[in-house]
Amino acid sequence: MAFEKIIFYLFSAILVLAALRVITARNPVHSALFLVLAFFSSAAIWVLLEAEFLGIVLVLVYVGAVMVLFLFVVMMLNINIAQLRAGFIRYLPLGAAIGLVVVAEMAIVMIRNFGLDKVARPAAKAADYNNTEAIGRVLYTKYLYAFEIAAVILLVAIIAAIALTMRRRKDTKHQNPSEQVRVRKQDRLRVVKMDAEKKQ
Amino acid sequence: MNIVMPNFASVLPEMFVLGMACAILVIDALLSGRRKVITYSLSQLTLLGALILTVMHSGEKEVVTFGGTFVRDTMGDFLKVFIYVITAVVFLYSRDYIKSRGIDKGEYYVLGLFGMLGMMIMVSAHSLLTIYLGLELLSLSLYALVAFQRDNAVASEAAMKYFVLGAIASGMLLYGMSMLYGVTHSLDIGKIASYIASHQEQQMILAFGLVFVVVGLAFKLGAVPFHMWLPDVYHGAPTSVTLYIGTAPKIAAFAMAIRLLVDGMQGLAAEWQAMFMVLATLSLAIGNIVAIAQTNMKRMLAYSTISHVGFLVLGILAGTREGYVASMFYTITYAIMALGAFGIILLLSRKGFESDQLDDFKGLADRSPWIAFLMLLIMFSMAGVPPTVGFYAKLMVLQTVIDVDMLWIAIVAVLFSVVGAFYYLRVVKLMYFDKPSGSGSLIEAGIDTRVIVSSNAILVLLLGLFPGGLIALCRLAFA
Repeated sequence: MAFEKIIFYLFSAILVLAALRVITARNPVHSALFLVLAFFSSAAIWVLLEAEFLGIVLVLVYVGAVMVLFLFVVMMLNINIAQLRAGFIRYLPLGAAIGLVVVAEMAIVMIRNFGLDKVARPAAKAADYNNTEAIGRVLYTKYLYAFEIAAVILLVAIIAAIALTMRRRKDTKHQNPSEQVRVRKQDRLRVVKMDAEKKQ
Repeated sequence: MNIVMPNFASVLPEMFVLGMACAILVIDALLSGRRKVITYSLSQLTLLGALILTVMHSGEKEVVTFGGTFVRDTMGDFLKVFIYVITAVVFLYSRDYIKSRGIDKGEYYVLGLFGMLGMMIMVSAHSLLTIYLGLELLSLSLYALVAFQRDNAVASEAAMKYFVLGAIASGMLLYGMSMLYGVTHSLDIGKIASYIASHQEQQMILAFGLVFVVVGLAFKLGAVPFHMWLPDVYHGAPTSVTLYIGTAPKIAAFAMAIRLLVDGMQGLAAEWQAMFMVLATLSLAIGNIVAIAQTNMKRMLAYSTISHVGFLVLGILAGTREGYVASMFYTITYAIMALGAFGIILLLSRKGFESDQLDDFKGLADRSPWIAFLMLLIMFSMAGVPPTVGFYAKLMVLQTVIDVDMLWIAIVAVLFSVVGAFYYLRVVKLMYFDKPSGSGSLIEAGIDTRVIVSSNAILVLLLGLFPGGLIALCRLAFA
């Protein structure tokens, strides 16, 4: 038990620190990498919670695919950090004060009212318990409706992304080969008759 | 394990809308640019089909299916029917607008339909999971619609603000839901309600989760102090999208509040009533006072929305059946009024002229007396002048609040309504007593839009004269 607790606190500490660095790091690439660390630590905590399938999927999907793409985007975009940070110092005191008050209030409520003596401990699963199987059993049965909606949300995300980016820009110049071939002399050339200049 | 077959008949409208939206998406991709009328007609047919399916299966008793994630009941059916009708009118009003602004792509209607599907899911959700997913589906479609006019910098900025603030609100809501799940071990709204009823000693930690749920809810409703996104989004979005955001989603948000708080957390009523009291008072105050300072019609109507949300919250806060009925009546009539107000702005606008400044309404009575009269009806209704429906809706809400001995909040509501009447009546004054300034507006809209705008505004008057039918229907929903 004690060993599990140590691991839990270790990964939780890493998670909180990494999450803080995501928003404080100066370099956006560093922020993205810290986000990877945050995902990885939460995956470790999920594994501790006996949700090993979810933990592995989090690493595979988010760290492996989403964050890599995200890093590409961050590197390709030319983000002006100075501009992003312009208001940071000005709003920091107020933001930090409110944040601290909220955290303190939450801590008071949580410590007083949430704990093993207040809410029953969930029963530990047997050694041969299989998280993948448990999810597989309910995903297409009990949670079919929610699963389908999640699929629709992804579809909407695709439609929205395409609808917003696929457009004919006004400032790009396209070539139309068939028009180029069909062009006639009269369209391009204009014969101007001019009187010969007189010698002065 | 034994598998319980879900009752597919009760989700027929949702399945139909989803199937049609996907079909329209494909059909539209194959159509050439000039035949957008097919996309439009198919979208309207989808709404009609969903309406028929919903009405066909209504009147039965409550059905909870899909492992307790979906519920079909009278309130759900009733609200869905209103959502279909309002979405249909939104599409009709938008048609000319998006055509002249060069954004009449098929995705406009498809995203509108998907957003509506999100509302339907929210309306008949019976689990925290479905509420959240429905809300996300709605919000995602709306973010995309706000940004639809890509060359418009103001719209892009509004979409960005909406997206970031909406994401924060979703995060808050999700955190609250996770706390509720942690304590009650269930996502099912019925099970959460029975757990709360039998575990009074855990009131505090449940209230902790509730706080975040209410914050998320207030964000989505646009109640003060979580209203910051609303004026910018209403102002920045293309008017046809503002029309959409300002009407049907309010009905869905009302359903979400009822499902979460009344169906799910009735045991914590004392807690959320106190929170709602703050939200209602602040919304009424800020909404009505700040609206006076606006010169842009869309921005003014955004603040007016905030004040109307105050009334909506007031009805739920009363905590009685009559209160929910009054709040539902208020939500539906507000959606109809907002539909008319934005519809008229759309009607008066044309390419290169948005007609969304207050000054654009100067002397409207000289130019087009009929439209001015319709606007007069809607403004009177929003201000709560009898015999329009706005008066009746406000009266019902105030009545229920007084019935539960919260006289002071009723007085506050009345006082701020009087303040609010100023800026509604100012529009009337501009239309009837001021000289036109500059560009006389030429109405280009088709005959169908004119007829619907007219009947929309007349409906506001008729419902005010004969509110009995709608009230009876609202009562039925909470029987």
